[in-house]
Order: sequence, then structure tokens, then C-alpha cells
Amino acid sequence: MLRDAVLVAGKDLRIEIRSRVTLNQVGPFALAVLLLFGLALGPDRQVLAPASAGLFWIAVLLSTVLAVQRSYAVESADAARDGLRLSGLDPAGIFLGKAGAVAVQLIVLEAGLTIGVALLYGARLSGALVLAAACAAGTLGLAAVGTLYGVVASGLRTRETLLPLLFLPVVAPVLLAATKAWDAALAGTPGRADGWLDVLVVFAVLYIAIGIVAFGPLLEDE
Amino acid sequence: MAPAVRLHEAVALAGRFPLLAGASLEVAEGEVVHLRGPNGAGKTSVLKVLAGLLEVHSGEATALGRDLVADRRAVRREVGMLGHQSFLYEDLTVEENLRFAIRATKGALAGIGPALEQLGFTGRLASIPLGRCSAGQQRRASLAVLVARGARLWLLDEPHAGLDQEGRDLLDGLLAGSRAAGRTVLFASHEHERAEAIADRVVHLAGGRVVEPAEPVAAPLQVAQQIGQRPGTEAPAHVA
Repeated sequence: MLRDAVLVAGKDLRIEIRSRVTLNQVGPFALAVLLLFGLALGPDRQVLAPASAGLFWIAVLLSTVLAVQRSYAVESADAARDGLRLSGLDPAGIFLGKAGAVAVQLIVLEAGLTIGVALLYGARLSGALVLAAACAAGTLGLAAVGTLYGVVASGLRTRETLLPLLFLPVVAPVLLAATKAWDAALAGTPGRADGWLDVLVVFAVLYIAIGIVAFGPLLEDE
Repeated sequence: MAPAVRLHEAVALAGRFPLLAGASLEVAEGEVVHLRGPNGAGKTSVLKVLAGLLEVHSGEATALGRDLVADRRAVRREVGMLGHQSFLYEDLTVEENLRFAIRATKGALAGIGPALEQLGFTGRLASIPLGRCSAGQQRRASLAVLVARGARLWLLDEPHAGLDQEGRDLLDGLLAGSRAAGRTVLFASHEHERAEAIADRVVHLAGGRVVEPAEPVAAPLQVAQQIGQRPGTEAPAHVA
């Protein structure tokens, strides 16, 4: 399973490096979201800084939708999804590989967005360990859910609109917990983030486990 | 000796629509079989069932000794399929596509170089992204995957489509050498003369079933549906 996961993740990341869709489209999209929030709330950093955590994670959530859609768009073109099925790869390995590749892209994106909230909103990046831990656990959860619902949506004609509908309500706990953990870290009280980090870890583990079990039948479903 | 492929009263569905309506077929190991029939006859569905891509709703289906009804995934690593699309990634180079396909199927990487050369991917051509290749070259890349994988059962859907004359001759050579290579081949083609020159046997399909060549197929009904009329009523003058 892990061998197959590494193979699929390597393939997806190679495609991203070659096509640069995340770098040239998803990244600028996420930064545009941050800018638009800034325009909507006004230039007052007294208002923007306290909202940094929530705005950061909303930008991450919206970017995840695009990253997952891209992850399955490469499988839809030229029926590569059938090629993947024909290869006999372990479906759990395919799930872990695709989720891993999405997670790597999101982590890179989050690094850029972190700099963005510091520069645009004046957020003071204290509690770096908690920020990083929330990003790691939250991203794994988002990538797992996105990959799971992505395979459901990818087989349907309405995939572009269906994925956000399926994905966003399910990841509400990630938005809440990650925002609270970041709020605690940015406020200089990282100890208050512990419970929220636990929520993120449990969510990620739960959806990775569900994905390992359910991805195969979902991939087979035409 | 057990047949390489066996379907018995196999039914496959798309929703409630029968793609195969009780198809029965046996193919011996090393045989090259041409599947012939009108559009919608079930040729692609037979290939997809045997590749384990399409579920058998009822009946029996085995390929290379694997029961496709019990576990249709089990046969996939031993099957090579050429479909209407390439099954490959446009952003990867031809060589990267082959490398991924061979690693995924746990094949021998040593087969990649000879396969690329055999299909005409020499020099820099193997190192350009597949999306920049012509349709014919993409078809050749899919064939290169088949050759490199060394699958025991080839399932080819309109394999000559998109290939130039040289590519067609190359493909015919591969098919003609199948028995010697220990490979069983089923291929669907509308290029009957070319196909029948290569095939050991022709299997006729109509309405999702294997039929005798002389058996009248559902052509009148299909033509009527195409022109929006019931059978028995006259076709418009421009159709006739």
C-alpha cells in the first residue's frame, strides 16, 4: 500500500511540477482571497489582525477545493482514471498517494499564505510550533476529505459544482479547530490550543481511515 | 486446456440499460479474435468486462483463469487495454508515462527502452510531454505501454484509429506475432479487411450478444431509432 502511495504521490507531484497549476493558479487565487478579505474589512489592522486566523483557513479551504479538482482533472483527461484502475494499484495506496500530493501542495501554499497574513493583516506570528502543528494536522484532514469526496464527484458530470457542496460542510470542524488553534498561538497563549489540535488530529486520522476503506469502492463506481 | 477468456450468458448494465445482454464467448490461449458488429453492439463492453473495468451483473466471466464476477480487480495487472483514449497523462513525457505504468503493474523496467524504440520513440521524442504529441503518437505511446508491460491478454478497441500507415503495419505485426509471444488478443475494429487478415477468428456481436454471422442483427430497429422512426414506417427520402 505504501509503495503504491509513494508511486502515485510522485506521479501527481511530477505532474504539478511540470504543469505548475498550483504555483501559477491556486497560489495567486489564495492570495487574491486574502486581499479581497482585506478590502472587505478595510485597512484597519486592529480589525484585520484578530481575524487573521479565520481568514487564513478560509483561504486554505477554498484553495483545497481547487487543488483537489486539479488532482482529479488529470485523471479525467484521456481516461487516465481507467488507466489507474487497470494498473492494479492498491486503491488505499492510490488514496494515500493522491491525498499526500494534495497535502504537500497545500503545505507549500500555507507557507505563502502565512507570510501573506503577516504582511497584509499585520498578524504577529508567535507560537510557531502550534501554527505548524495545526497546519500539519489540519492539512492532512483537508487533503483526506478532499480526496475522498473528490473521487465521488470526479465520476459525475456535475463534478465542478458538486465537490464544494460535499466538501465544505464536512470540513467545518477543521475550520473551527484550526482557527481556534491559530488564534491561541497568535494571541501568545499556545497552551490554549491543545484541545483544538487534538480535534484536528482525530479528524485527520478518522478521515484517513475512512478513505483507506472507502476509496476502492468509490473509485470503481462509474 | 482452459480457455483464456470465457463469457457465459454475461449481462453488464449501465444503470438499467443492458450493455451486454447474455453474451457467451470462449477464446483459446494465443488466439487473435476480431470482434465485429455495428455501433452499440457491445464490443467495447466485452473488452471492458474482460479488463475488469465493467461489472458483470449476472452470468459467468473469466479471464486468464480469474473469476471476474467474484473479483474483477484480480485480472487487471495481467491485462493490457487500448481504449478510445490513451489512459495516459498529458503532462508526463512518453517515457515517464511508461515508467509509471510499468512500476504500477510491477513489471520489468528493462522493457521500457525496447518498447519505446519499437514504437518509434527514439531520440528526444520520448522526452516530450504526451500532450504535445500528435494523436497518432499518443496512440503509439499507449501501444508502447502494452508492449512494455508484456500483458498476457490484450484488449484493443479500434486499435488502428489515429495511426498512420507505418503505425498500422507495426500494429498488425504485433498482432500477427501474438501466438508466438503467448498472448491472447481480442480487438474490436470497423476496418474489417485489415482486421480479418490478422485475426484467427471473427466473432459477431449485436444487441449485446454474440450472434452467428448470418443471424439478422437489430439493424432495422437501430436505423429506425437513429432517424427517429418506428420500424416498419418509411424512412424519409433524404435518408433512403
